[in-house]
Amino acid sequence: MADYEARTSSGARRPRPISPHLQIYRPMLTMVMSIVHRITGSALYFGMLLLAWWLIAAASGPNAYANVEWFMGSLIGQLILFGYTWALLHHMLGGIRHLVWDTLHGFDPADREWMTVATLVGSIGLTVALWVVGYLAMGGPR
Amino acid sequence: MTEPMFRTPLRRVRGLGAARSGTGHFWHQRVTSVAGVLLTVALIVIVISLLGRSHAAAVQILGSPLIAILMLLFIINTAYHMWLGMQEIILDYVHEDKWKFLALMSNTFFVSVVGLASAFAILKLSFGV
Ligand code: HEM
Repeated sequence: MADYEARTSSGARRPRPISPHLQIYRPMLTMVMSIVHRITGSALYFGMLLLAWWLIAAASGPNAYANVEWFMGSLIGQLILFGYTWALLHHMLGGIRHLVWDTLHGFDPADREWMTVATLVGSIGLTVALWVVGYLAMGGPR
Repeated sequence: MTEPMFRTPLRRVRGLGAARSGTGHFWHQRVTSVAGVLLTVALIVIVISLLGRSHAAAVQILGSPLIAILMLLFIINTAYHMWLGMQEIILDYVHEDKWKFLALMSNTFFVSVVGLASAFAILKLSFGV
């Protein structure tokens, strides 16, 4: 489509500049985390179906609610919820990192590195902590 | 058809990007992110406080004004945020117009249904019947 082609003033086609693509670079934690932010965002996107299901069930009545509780309590349900907790916390911390970058801070290599590690350690640590709290809220080891 | 030949740079700029809606989205993404931090913390507290409770108790808590308002804010804010975010993902990976607009439309449908259904459930829990 003519629209998308670069042209010189005389109308001739001009080749687009080319830069090395991703696989040229040595993978680094910061790169991996960048795509993980997108992956967690997508997972949360579809995961919002779970929130909708849970709320609609609560609004529908005890039977529908019991079904959700049964599913969330099953092994697969627990795995999904655990994953969702981590994805949410990781995406949130990663998002805060993006907001810090928007203020033009945190760009030098040392800052990038520690913020990345903090996001990872923080999201895993918080996920485990929340599940311990949740476990205790459910009545703990009975 | 031949219009692009005569396009001035300004005319191209007014095309406002691949989704034809300009840079406003970038800012909205940031606003919904800042709000998202607070509302996500609220959601986590609410969910944990509901763990292990009966249906009747859950209905009462979710339908109480403060909790319902926080839930609605979370739902609305997240719906807009995820709509913008998915649009950005689509624009990055889907380049053919036909598929691009189909994907953008699906994004809008998905977010509308999930957002409205969740919000409706909260309203029903609040106003009963
Ligand atoms: C369940 C809740 C959430 C969902 C469904 C969601 C979904 C998404 C999606 C689909 C994207 C696009 C990803 C991309 O372009 O790579 C995104 C981006 C983003 N999200 Fe979220 N998100 C949620 C919560 C949050 C929270 C709590 C924050 C708090 C900081 C946040 C901050 C961001 C930021 C800053 C971006 C843009 C990143 C960029 O510019 O590349 N999100 N989100």
